[in-house]
Amino acid sequence: MSQNTVIALDVQNVSVAYGGGRLSLRQANLEVRGGSVCGLVGMNGAGKSTLFKTVMGFLPPLRGTVQVFEQPVIRAQKAGLIAYVPQSEDVDWNFPVSVREVVMMGRQGKMNWLRRPSPADHKLVEGSLERVGMSAFVDRQIGELSGGQRKRAFLARALAQEGRLLLLDEPFGGVDVGTSEAIIELMGELRREGRSMLVSTHDLGTLETFCDEVALIADRTVLLYGPTDEVLTADNLAATFGGRSPLHAPPAQHPEARP
Amino acid sequence: MTLEFLLEPLQYDFMTRALLVSALVGTVCAVLSCYVILKGWSLMGDAVSHAVLPGVVISYLLGLPFVIGAFVFGLLSVSAIGFIQSRSRVKEDTVIGVVFTALFALGLVMISKVASEVHLSHILFGDVLGIGNSELWQTVIAGAIALVVTLLLRKDLLLYVFDPTHARSIGLNTGVLNYVLLTVLALTIVTALQTVGVILVVAMLITPGATAYLLTDKFSKMMWIAVACGIGSAVIGTYGSYFLDGATGACIVLVQSIFFLLAFVFAPKHGQIARRRQQMAEREDELGEGVGGGSGVAAAPRPVLVRVRATPSNRDGAASD
Repeated sequence: MSQNTVIALDVQNVSVAYGGGRLSLRQANLEVRGGSVCGLVGMNGAGKSTLFKTVMGFLPPLRGTVQVFEQPVIRAQKAGLIAYVPQSEDVDWNFPVSVREVVMMGRQGKMNWLRRPSPADHKLVEGSLERVGMSAFVDRQIGELSGGQRKRAFLARALAQEGRLLLLDEPFGGVDVGTSEAIIELMGELRREGRSMLVSTHDLGTLETFCDEVALIADRTVLLYGPTDEVLTADNLAATFGGRSPLHAPPAQHPEARP
Repeated sequence: MTLEFLLEPLQYDFMTRALLVSALVGTVCAVLSCYVILKGWSLMGDAVSHAVLPGVVISYLLGLPFVIGAFVFGLLSVSAIGFIQSRSRVKEDTVIGVVFTALFALGLVMISKVASEVHLSHILFGDVLGIGNSELWQTVIAGAIALVVTLLLRKDLLLYVFDPTHARSIGLNTGVLNYVLLTVLALTIVTALQTVGVILVVAMLITPGATAYLLTDKFSKMMWIAVACGIGSAVIGTYGSYFLDGATGACIVLVQSIFFLLAFVFAPKHGQIARRRQQMAEREDELGEGVGGGSGVAAAPRPVLVRVRATPSNRDGAASD
């Protein structure tokens, strides 16, 4: 499989700061291989969203490099390789746009300067909507959708964009069990097509069902990343979540502090 | 008799000019207002419009077109707001307030020093009925530029306002789009100065968009409705001010406010009456469920929940994290 030798996302030794002197990300390393799903796990404020923003190119690294398919982030974005699925809280659901218009936004980077959709664009949008089971709701204003339908609309946008690296920010937030199963199934299909995914999540329970790899984020850096079953041990999770693993029974002895 | 009375204003050259200029201004402001209200930049619009005052006075003193000074000070205020906000702990709305009142006060002091020779009050309150040739052309050119730029970039601007992260992820330059929107905002404000004046410009920049937002869930329709409101209020207001003998800007803004009020009450889906009716219908539906009467839809069987005593052993520590 040549897919697995490609590095979809390569974060090397990256340090990032917002305005202030304190770093928001310290010497983070992360590697997502082509066609694999990597879960991003950590407490709020640990650096997950900073890492996302860095991969999106919003925060230029002070040190280190971020490469997407062996290109700088900006070049990969211009090529439409990076698709982003936002958290529900980050979307203005009263915005006067329909489901179809949102999904069409996935094609906008590839349209001509007047941004007129071509017949091919329309076809891709219809196809993407069908794939997530949203064909019946194309003309709805986005605020008129249920929580699960909202997620699927934005997933359809990522599909229409034909991105090869998908960044999913809390895809299971505020979604019922049926929808989160459907999302996991879709992620499996996309993975088989050779797409890579970076998924930030609070839902530790389902991690093993869809992640090839897991990255543990704590104390403004990536503590550890690697194959899911090797990373998700009681001790590692304890170090990530400050003393106690949310998944395992409390350890008998005190967890070792990491350097 | 009545018709003659109503047509009387149109026989004056200054009246037809005023109507055309205010209709243009109404159009430009209305188009931009759709972006301003969705982006949440109402206060920013207010700030820029007040902050241009010293620029207008300086242009006058230097003998430059007023548009240039106003535009420069508009951009200056935006940059100052961004600069101070990124370098202090003070919240954005506070910074905006501090910056624009400072510049507005500076403008007022300047006016008080030069007022003996010139009449700058039309900048404060607008004077479209007395618009001169030079001001007319400045308004038309600035308005045309703002309108063309906004319409050409309308889809990218919309995407930027809706979801800047996605805009960024497909390779659009969101920094440039941000500055384009701010620049067009400043240019639009400059356009409207002559018509409604510094103090009321912000109404032109938000009320048509806000009215349209109550009336539709589609952005393209929203823009058309806003433009209709903008032109309609500009024409009715200017026309009405002929009979009131002045205060044209205030008349235009009043008509806009009336449009907004009508939409607020009577809008088919988001208006007060429709919302109330919707709420009552929903409540009736749910209240009717228990009775099991002939309302048609049978209530879904409720799952039976049994109260479970929480075990106090292991969960309490994890929850506090």
